[in-house]
Amino acid sequence: MRILRAIFTHPSGRIGGTIVGLYLVVAILGALGFTPHDPLMQFRIDRLQAPDAVHWMGTDLFGRDVASRLMVGISQSFVVAFASVALAASAGVVLGLAAAWSGKGWDGLIMRIMDVLLAFPAILLALLIIAVVGPGTWTSVMAIAIVYTPIFTRVVRGPALSLKTRDFVDAARTFGSSRYYILTRHLMLNLVAPLTVQVTLALAWALLTEAGLSFLGLGTQPPASSLGLMLSDSRNLMEMAPWLLVFPGLAIMIGILGFNLLGDALRDILDPKTRRVAA
Amino acid sequence: MTPLLSVSDLHVGFGRDPRASEIVRRVSFDLAAGETLAIVGESGSGKSVTALSINRLVDYGGGQITRGSIAYTRADGRTLDLAQASERELTKIRGGEIGMIFQEPMTSLNPVLTIGEQIEESFRLHRGLTGRQASAAAKDALDRVRIPDAARRLKYCPHQLSGGMLQRVMIAAAISCNPRLLIADEPTTALDVTVQAQIMALLAELKRETDMAMIFITHDIGLVAGIADTVMVMQSGEVVEQGRLDTVLDTPQHPYTRHLLSAVPHFEAGRAARTDFRRPDTPAAPALKVEGLTVRFPVTSGLFRRQTGAVHAVDGVDFDLMPGETLGIVGESGSGKSTTARAILGLVPPTRGRFSANTNLREGQGSSAVQMVFQNPYASLNPRLRVDSILAEPVIAAGRRVTAETTQRMTQLLERVGLPKDALQRYPHEFSGGQRQRLCIARALMLNPSVVVLDEAVSALDVSVQAKVLQLLVELQQEFGLAYLFVSHDMAVVERIAHRIAVVYAGRIVEIGDATSILSKPKHSYTKRLIAAVPSIDRRHQTFDLDTRQVPSLVRPLGYEPDPAAWQRYGPDHKALAEA
Amino acid sequence: MNYLTRRLVTFPLVMLGVSVLVFISIRLVPGDAITAMLGTEAGLLTPEQRAALEAYFGIDQSWPVQYGRWLLGALKGDLGISVTFGKPVLDVILERFPLTLELALLSMAIALLIGLPAGVFAATRNEKPSDLGVRIFAMIGQSTPNFVVGLLLIYILSVGFGVLPVMGAFTPLFQDPLENLGQLILPALTLGFAFAASVTRIARSAMLDVLSEDYVRTARSKGAPAMSVLWRHALPNALIPVVTLSGVEFGYLLGGAVIVEQIFALPGLGRMVLDAILQRDYALVQGSVLFIALNFMIVNLLVDLAYAMLDPRIRLGDR
Repeated sequence: MRILRAIFTHPSGRIGGTIVGLYLVVAILGALGFTPHDPLMQFRIDRLQAPDAVHWMGTDLFGRDVASRLMVGISQSFVVAFASVALAASAGVVLGLAAAWSGKGWDGLIMRIMDVLLAFPAILLALLIIAVVGPGTWTSVMAIAIVYTPIFTRVVRGPALSLKTRDFVDAARTFGSSRYYILTRHLMLNLVAPLTVQVTLALAWALLTEAGLSFLGLGTQPPASSLGLMLSDSRNLMEMAPWLLVFPGLAIMIGILGFNLLGDALRDILDPKTRRVAA
Repeated sequence: MTPLLSVSDLHVGFGRDPRASEIVRRVSFDLAAGETLAIVGESGSGKSVTALSINRLVDYGGGQITRGSIAYTRADGRTLDLAQASERELTKIRGGEIGMIFQEPMTSLNPVLTIGEQIEESFRLHRGLTGRQASAAAKDALDRVRIPDAARRLKYCPHQLSGGMLQRVMIAAAISCNPRLLIADEPTTALDVTVQAQIMALLAELKRETDMAMIFITHDIGLVAGIADTVMVMQSGEVVEQGRLDTVLDTPQHPYTRHLLSAVPHFEAGRAARTDFRRPDTPAAPALKVEGLTVRFPVTSGLFRRQTGAVHAVDGVDFDLMPGETLGIVGESGSGKSTTARAILGLVPPTRGRFSANTNLREGQGSSAVQMVFQNPYASLNPRLRVDSILAEPVIAAGRRVTAETTQRMTQLLERVGLPKDALQRYPHEFSGGQRQRLCIARALMLNPSVVVLDEAVSALDVSVQAKVLQLLVELQQEFGLAYLFVSHDMAVVERIAHRIAVVYAGRIVEIGDATSILSKPKHSYTKRLIAAVPSIDRRHQTFDLDTRQVPSLVRPLGYEPDPAAWQRYGPDHKALAEA
Repeated sequence: MNYLTRRLVTFPLVMLGVSVLVFISIRLVPGDAITAMLGTEAGLLTPEQRAALEAYFGIDQSWPVQYGRWLLGALKGDLGISVTFGKPVLDVILERFPLTLELALLSMAIALLIGLPAGVFAATRNEKPSDLGVRIFAMIGQSTPNFVVGLLLIYILSVGFGVLPVMGAFTPLFQDPLENLGQLILPALTLGFAFAASVTRIARSAMLDVLSEDYVRTARSKGAPAMSVLWRHALPNALIPVVTLSGVEFGYLLGGAVIVEQIFALPGLGRMVLDAILQRDYALVQGSVLFIALNFMIVNLLVDLAYAMLDPRIRLGDR
């Protein structure tokens, strides 16, 4: 509750929080099927209809309602983003803590493996994974999760290493506190703040990547709807039907903006001292 | 004659509405050419803000002068109100006529520029020198602050020099253009005592050589005695007392000044040492016994990290500690005093040596007989845990359950260390530094230990808070019969709490024994040097000799063993390492 | 051990890891390679023909042997033959690389020329309206996917100005610089937009941190004018995060900007990899991924060199 109030007194937190909240509502409605029209229904006489009272955002080449497809697309993107970030964050916490805590040998091994993963441009690594597994929604989830795991590992390892040398951990050692107690109470509890910030920013990035993959035709497969696919479909029609470009484009942009703003606000609120981005 | 600087009714505020949040109020003083004014106060007294207002650097920290004037007489006799001066005029005056040095030499020099470049900058800006002329001038400036081998040091980067050297470099840069006023903002606080003495000696000499006025800001009223002509005492943004040095020190008028002079620990050469404990004449079981403690850290080099030597952080330390006794371990940074403490608590693995805590002194004590209190009360409490969880940790660690009895002990201890009852439900950030240290003490006492290791436990606190925490420690010791191992760099503080003192230098004890005897009649040359460097109000107008000796390197080649200690006895409980 | 030496030592190790990862992921693709290559025609092969083909491509051996052969070949510059192009993989890659390199350089130039001054400016105007303006712009830039930027650019140009941007062709820089620039300017702007936004944000926050450092106060106390404080004392210290970010982004761009190349129909490295994956040209995928990872790591090494140049603590220190 305190944190919510803090977010809403922070200028960019207010905007970001509102956007994310609205998108969550839209995503849930979309997932539950509360859309203005059936997103797959083809209104044959209403092909490429400009926005009007019936089709708020117009229709596409097959006469499908853009607004409805957009809602379903947003929920699709959110599922991929949340699932992949949850996977990456969990893997990152485990690997990062293991590396920081065990030191020397294991640390070196884990971090070299992360270096290997980081040596691939993100999209390329995702492409490689998709080449192996074949395109699809859950492949996107896995690909994005694997791409983001090394980043979470670093985000956890850095602060964990410095927490490990803090006086309160030394104090705990002098009492003879168990490793489990130190890891959970002294390390994890203090990692919640940086992780929350990173998770929020990672969600923005995951939305971006998901849209990019489906734009390339490697993510969610048609006829299911996704924001990237809608944009990709708009390419040859944009002079005739600009709404096909504008609405999905804005929807992606504003959604990512929302998470970025929220992430910035959380960073200011939760750890004002780490404004410098971890290298 | 008009004074060099005349400040009247200065008010400085911060934030969006500076008038509503004034940090400094109604400050007025005059400073004549060649005189030194000392501004004394604790943190939050507004002493630094006052100083930063004079060259208007306060503007960059979000501050604003809301009222008053700062009349400064320039070299050509014209008077300029610095409070109203334009940024253009100010850049000419800063560095050219008013120099400034700061508290932290380590962070006050630009890490990416060489020492030479940073000193030359002043000459370029104010004297128009360039190229070879500028570097020749910079070399002269380093010579002036007695830095050996100046020509070579010019090419060094800040991280390659020690704190004391860096502060000399700062001084060299600040006085390079012969300013008529030097503002020194706690210039020695971050330095070791012997290095502090060096810097003070240097400032005194420079003052004699030139006709430079100085504003010297400090929290240590003992330090002003050696350098100031006039003193101004500040408390929460206002001046509470000002006058000539002798008048203020000998006949203080304001209660706060009197408090600073009396309640705050000052070094008194053993006269203030405690006498409430005597070692039993018959051999008794010590609470803690340390024999031949040695801690070495490997030094590696080359591609394959082959060990080529070792840092001899602690090299064969022996002592014992009786129940109810305090042993003060005194030394400067890098002497190995903290490593000794940390080794006893198992935080660093000892290379060699034995230490045994007597676990039979208290019932059911086991491994919790020795507890520790750390230097920084802000870092030693987990900010995300509530006080009740913090106090419960040692109990949980000892494998016991947290019961109603535990909670009762928590409230008792909190009350005993002087914290409010509702503290249990609060988080560390809701407490002040002194309160947090009380919390740390309470935590250390949770398991009823027989030995408490206090590693610089009061060093991070304001001077008047220090006195109160020391008092609490003494009371707790008498109440619970605790043995203290009190590690500190501050002789004045150690004098107040220690029964016995061990002086450590380069990883070894060089002198150990009865506190009064060591502080009044030091025998080892290092102890003498250390004690001579301690500032005190009794040592008024005493000047220090310049001495540029460096601390020896602790890195030794592989397999090096020091000579066995040869002790020389000077009394029933006083021995020192024999010197060649 | 010196920081740079340590980086140099781990370099081949990470490269080895990359090659193993690439090799294994390609072997994990379901179905056998011959079927993948020939499609339905594979069904027409006699067992003898199939065995001969497998021997020809070296895939009749065990994985370690295959890996060893491939690695040895790679070290000699032989990455195998691309099935779709019918020529050596390295030749295919090197044909596409100039465009990718040029595009990456152009985008970075745009990003640094806009982002660095904007970030530094915003830091000096902390919390004032002009700072807010820069921050909002940077925030939007960072949040807009580059395919949205690219499509909008094309839309604005074609509908607003009736100009259809040149697409699909690439003229090497030294053949006709003007034509080359005409083809690359839109994609470079598209990529540079988000890149510039990130540079702005990181430069601003790094500058803000540095401006509150003690040594900046020292410089001011010496009477250094505002411009000298900013550019001589503060900026060199604030550059490290900017260099890090630019290095990472540039390294990624060297791997090909798949999406932007797709939108502007540019024959770059990214689209080549995408096509190779879609057409199951595994030799090409394997070779190009290795090539791209190598590039990325070289850029990282250059970034480390830049650190050492910027910061004497890294140059001289033992960390």
